[in-house]
Amino acid sequence: MSERAPEPTIELSGVTVRFGEVTAVEGVCVAIDEGELLALVGGSGSGKTTTLKTINRLVEPTRGVVRLRGEDVRALVPHVLRRRVGYCFQRIGLFPHMTVAQNVGITPRLLGWDAARVEAHVRERLALVELPPETYADRMPHELSGGQKQRVGVARALAGEPEIVLFDEPFGALDPLTREQLQHATARLRDELGLTGVFVTHDVVEAILLGDRIGVMNEGRLVQVGTARELREAPADDYVARLIDAPNRAAALARGAGP
Amino acid sequence: MTRLAELALAHLSLSLWALMLGAAISLPLGVAAARRPSLERVVLGAASVIQTIPGLALLAVMVPALASFATVGLELPAIGALPAVLGLTLYSLLPMLRNTVVGLSEVDPAVKEAARGVGMTPRQQLRLVELPLALPVIVAGLRTATVWTVGMATLATPIGASSLGDLIFAGLQTRDHRAVLLGCVASAGLALGLDGLIRAIERGVRRRRRALWIPATVVLGGLCAHALASPVIGAFGGPRPVRIGAKPFTEQYVLGELLAQRIERETDREPRVLRSLGSHVAFDALVAGDLDLYVEYTGTVWTAQMGREAPPADRAALAAEVERWLRETHGVVVVARLGFENAYALAARAPSDGGPSVDTIGQLAARAPDLTVAGDYELFRRGEWRALESTYGLRFAEERTMDPALLYEALAAGEVDVIGAYTTDGRLAAHHLRVLEDERGAIPPYDAVILANRDFAAASPEVITALRALDGALDDEAMRALNRAVDLEGEPPEAAARAWLDARSTDARPR
Repeated sequence: MSERAPEPTIELSGVTVRFGEVTAVEGVCVAIDEGELLALVGGSGSGKTTTLKTINRLVEPTRGVVRLRGEDVRALVPHVLRRRVGYCFQRIGLFPHMTVAQNVGITPRLLGWDAARVEAHVRERLALVELPPETYADRMPHELSGGQKQRVGVARALAGEPEIVLFDEPFGALDPLTREQLQHATARLRDELGLTGVFVTHDVVEAILLGDRIGVMNEGRLVQVGTARELREAPADDYVARLIDAPNRAAALARGAGP
Repeated sequence: MTRLAELALAHLSLSLWALMLGAAISLPLGVAAARRPSLERVVLGAASVIQTIPGLALLAVMVPALASFATVGLELPAIGALPAVLGLTLYSLLPMLRNTVVGLSEVDPAVKEAARGVGMTPRQQLRLVELPLALPVIVAGLRTATVWTVGMATLATPIGASSLGDLIFAGLQTRDHRAVLLGCVASAGLALGLDGLIRAIERGVRRRRRALWIPATVVLGGLCAHALASPVIGAFGGPRPVRIGAKPFTEQYVLGELLAQRIERETDREPRVLRSLGSHVAFDALVAGDLDLYVEYTGTVWTAQMGREAPPADRAALAAEVERWLRETHGVVVVARLGFENAYALAARAPSDGGPSVDTIGQLAARAPDLTVAGDYELFRRGEWRALESTYGLRFAEERTMDPALLYEALAAGEVDVIGAYTTDGRLAAHHLRVLEDERGAIPPYDAVILANRDFAAASPEVITALRALDGALDDEAMRALNRAVDLEGEPPEAAARAWLDARSTDARPR
């Protein structure tokens, strides 16, 4: 298509996922534009991770369609699709038998880049996540702290010029201060690189910080999508209202409990 | 090359053939099973069942299994290296299969998800992530299989494959404890050596130390190449050696050597003695043409192969009937009657040594319910035993099976009261043991006869001629003297046979 129609980069239409009797995701419809990062927020079991995984076909929808730049992802070979999509998740899954540089360079190598290009790209990506390549490139994953591992995870997701990125609660297992550092680093990356994609979290502050818009999920349904302000000013239901207000209540509690 | 080095190389070749075949089967099967739980259950179940079969039986079962291919027109060597390698291969499967499945299934699910997530094809997930991470466990399985297989290869001897088991089996029979020890130590040394090589390769690769893995790989690769080059499945190159069978007791070892050395002296053929074959293995192998010659006893053919009872008491009559039956039903030729008779007999201590005061089996029957009897591996399942039981109503308090080498000492030491003895055994006289009279003729005569495969006999008239000259050459006393030299004086069977042949040729020369 040569006309410059404002086609969404990612589009989910009526996506439903059932695992046997259990409905994990029910009729989710959402469109994400180029340069937009959608934060999906909700409680455990609300279906946000499952929804994310339909985009890179780690989960196949029972019904509904997922499109990447207008193409039904079912028409794409899974591994070809996934090389176009950066993926980063809470358990990180660094390859323990590969160095940091080999981990970050895996998708470019699978894409068939030549060695010199891979190396330059890996160094650039490591610098981007604030891991000086001269120090970290040749380390093994077991030599890194939890925060450093997840920085490598982010660098791996961003390697190979992905068209979109999918973050699945990447910082959920980190201590609060490390998490905060990584949140701000990711916010900076988003602004520098103009990331398009989905960021799943159960942390409303993280969603507000990183999401251009926020989608609230509850019991498998996407209840509301909007900016933080829109959600606060016009919550679709009581659940959204309470969820978006949770950081305020926590802050009040922290102040009240202080000396 | 010394005999030890020769046997160790043969042992290594059998083991490496089996391990290579086993790895070629179990690695792909393990990978497939790790992905399909239903297949995993079937495959691991089958391998576990194989593992529960005693090693000796598993190898022995390969002989009739291979022979049965002849019914569909496929002539495979049923004794020798082929059945040994197949049996050992089956035995090596379980540790390699199980460790492949376990190693792959223990890879961190997060790492597997990452492998999919970064865009690997299923094949790349296996090659780049799952196999490298499972490798230490898979190699551990290979090492277990290596140690098991090398150890079990000693059991290849009874099915006619040369291995360090030759030293162990022969040493046990001839009370040569040094040979037994040498066989065990050499086999253990091979197992540890191979295990060490594999470990060096794995460590060297994992720690990226070329100095470690390159030399180890070269050595292991050389050994594997040598194994692959050794004739396991194909026919032997050049003129085939004359294959002579020997059952697992001293007399048979001496006779096997005697035949071999006679052939060596009188013809330009090269003989090879396959020791420690069971009665049925030897006979079946002769009929199938896997063996060319061995010495059998007419009474054994009568009861074991013909399945007959009530033997004619006359030695010549029985021999004639056996000879006719062998020729007509199995195409087996009786080359010569050696002249001596080695009968199964019941023996006891003399009353002065605390034995029962009986002279005949009939008298023994009344005392038997209070007595213990011991026999070799075959006795209690042989027709002779059934004939004794039915003829005399013999019922002992206990029946014990033990190695023929131990029977006489057990009786002399009073651990058992009666044994199934061989009448030519020198230890009967040495221990002052008495043979009980079989007054009703339940046990047939046991003329020793040289049997030959008919095709071999037709193709090798020079060998047959050389052996016919042994007709009537060995009487009971001569055979007993040979057995005594090995069992009591510690002479190797080869030397005893050589001495007898030397003595005979100097006797013959003046004529």
